[in-house]
Amino acid sequence: MIKIKAKNVDVFYGKKQALYNIGLDIEENQVTALIGPSGCGKSTFLRCLNRMNDVIDICRVKGEILINDFNINDKSCDVVRLREKIGMVFQKPNPFPKTVYENISYGPTIHGMAQSKQEMDEIVETSLKKAALWEEVKDRLHEPGTGLSGGQQQRLCIARAISVRPEVILMDEPCSALDPIATAQIEELIDELKKEHTIIIVTHSMAQAARVSQNTGFFHLGQLIEHGSTDKIFKNPDNTKTQDYITGRFG
Amino acid sequence: MNLILFTFIVLLGFTSYYFGRKKAYTIQSSNKRLTALPQFYGYYLAIWCAIPAFIIFSLWAIFEPTIVKLLVLSDYSNQGYLDDELNLIYEKTKSLSRGQFTGEITPFIEASAEKYLSLRSIAQSSKAVIVLSIIIASVAYAYKRISSNSRTREPVEKFLNAVLFTASLAAILTTVGIVFSLIFQTIDFFKVIPLFDFVFGTHWYPAKAFVRDSSEALDPSMYSDTFGAVPIFAGTFFIAFIAMCVAIPIGLMSGIYLAEYASSKVRQYAKPLIEILAGIPTVVYGFFAALTVGPFLKELGTSMGLEVSAESALAAGGVMGIMIIPFISSLSDDVITSVPQSLRDGSYAMGATKSETIKRVIFPAALPGIVGSILLGVSRAIGETMIVVMASGLAANLTLNPLESTSTITAQIVVILIGDQAFGDPKTQAAFALGMSLFLVTLCLNIVALRVVKKYREKYE
Repeated sequence: MIKIKAKNVDVFYGKKQALYNIGLDIEENQVTALIGPSGCGKSTFLRCLNRMNDVIDICRVKGEILINDFNINDKSCDVVRLREKIGMVFQKPNPFPKTVYENISYGPTIHGMAQSKQEMDEIVETSLKKAALWEEVKDRLHEPGTGLSGGQQQRLCIARAISVRPEVILMDEPCSALDPIATAQIEELIDELKKEHTIIIVTHSMAQAARVSQNTGFFHLGQLIEHGSTDKIFKNPDNTKTQDYITGRFG
Repeated sequence: MNLILFTFIVLLGFTSYYFGRKKAYTIQSSNKRLTALPQFYGYYLAIWCAIPAFIIFSLWAIFEPTIVKLLVLSDYSNQGYLDDELNLIYEKTKSLSRGQFTGEITPFIEASAEKYLSLRSIAQSSKAVIVLSIIIASVAYAYKRISSNSRTREPVEKFLNAVLFTASLAAILTTVGIVFSLIFQTIDFFKVIPLFDFVFGTHWYPAKAFVRDSSEALDPSMYSDTFGAVPIFAGTFFIAFIAMCVAIPIGLMSGIYLAEYASSKVRQYAKPLIEILAGIPTVVYGFFAALTVGPFLKELGTSMGLEVSAESALAAGGVMGIMIIPFISSLSDDVITSVPQSLRDGSYAMGATKSETIKRVIFPAALPGIVGSILLGVSRAIGETMIVVMASGLAANLTLNPLESTSTITAQIVVILIGDQAFGDPKTQAAFALGMSLFLVTLCLNIVALRVVKKYREKYE
């Protein structure tokens, strides 16, 4: 089933065009990887999906992005609700300078999802368990989240993102600041999370894209060159540019 | 005379620099490798010129007056003069030698004055001779010593290090000096006025101390109920409180606006405009408070049926608050801006609105820095003098009514120290005691503020 449908998406930073006429369908409960050289626009596209580009003054987005058949670029779209449904994990772990518990309870609090302390405790516990972090932090829930290791911080951010039970999770190079062991943990986690969430991940690591994703889109110079199942993109791409990039001839 | 000597030494310094460098070039031209650049050889010689000169000048400045005095007064020894009388004679001698003596000139004093002058001129010329010969000797010694493998770079660097260290020491020593200049008078003050009466007394009426005839013996009991500092401490904190009531909300809100809401264009113009407030001399604020705000408040109060003094704590505190706004807004703007963008992104991505993000993420993260800026603002408010003197009156009322006039520590120091005063009088010493307590209060505030700010810095770097 198709969860997100992007049609004719153009993005401009001031006068400079960053994305050209992107059209991409994203399957529900699968992992879609966006690959491509630096500056190709894959992160920009990712940020279109939860309207994070609104934060940047000079950024303009054109075109349609349908999520559950609703155009999020429409004026009637409530960004607060949208971002509740579309969670995001960033390149660098960015836990709030609060306790582990408060980091997780942040989203449920602002969306009024828990009526009592007990309910909140439950949300925090399940989120941390889903992010495979519970065992490591259950005794230090009230210590600062910034005191965790890099890999733990990133899993904390994933737990924070899933605390509001989003339908989609966007991941912007979530492992680029982590060591191989923490990376493996996160990849395992992504595999687990796709049962309940649709995941879109931007990555620089071809191996990672091949390992975790079912579908892949290849971006180059602001254009979506090719997309399809990960197997096909990696084994038998239609476009020579894709072939060159995947075999490491450029990028 | 001293100026000529000084010029001469400076010239000598340049000359030795030149010779040092020249010698280095000579060594270089004979195909030997130098251990440092030729300039270092020059600097090295110049230092050999400067250090002895400095030492001799300082020694001379310390010992010359004492020795001259001893020699001049040796004529009067064994004549049964007291020390005080000898000092008086010496002062007369000196003023006569400067041609400023107006009293009756006795032959004795005239003779001493002549002796004084001749001793001084001997001292001057011997100083010149000694300085120049020692400098030349030391430079010549160093000049002979430098060779291709002598170390010149290290001593020069060490010398620079020492000079810079001395410069930074000057600031610290000044602080220590200020404390000492306050402390002895303060101790004398507390010998007469019990500390308890000063800290807990509720009547501040230093004018009463003027009633005393200075020839009378000091009777501490007559000062009871004169130097009770409670009203002025209360007034100080009260006015500072009013000021902070104005400055904290406005400063903080404008800081948040500038950092989070204002477009870069608005920020570009608004920030310097707000900072102009910080550049206005406090005397001008004082005018504004005393001549505009005070009368305005009085009229406003009268029209509402309230009794407002023309010099009210409200006028002074309010204007002082306006003065402090730029400190708080500018500092908190900086602090908020330095909260990493990634935290904002994280919060927005959770679906938080701008105000939720500010309230729940940015403000707590920036709080230590904001507290620091507020504490710095408070210590400005407590130390502020001019506005209070001009706008809040000088009567130390113990009141919590902002419409009445009160007085502050700084204003009372001004009141006590303008015009005639007698040193060693409790009234004058009271100013020192007040200054000391003010110093301690602001010192504590600044230490706390700096600690808080420092703690904040460690967090994000």
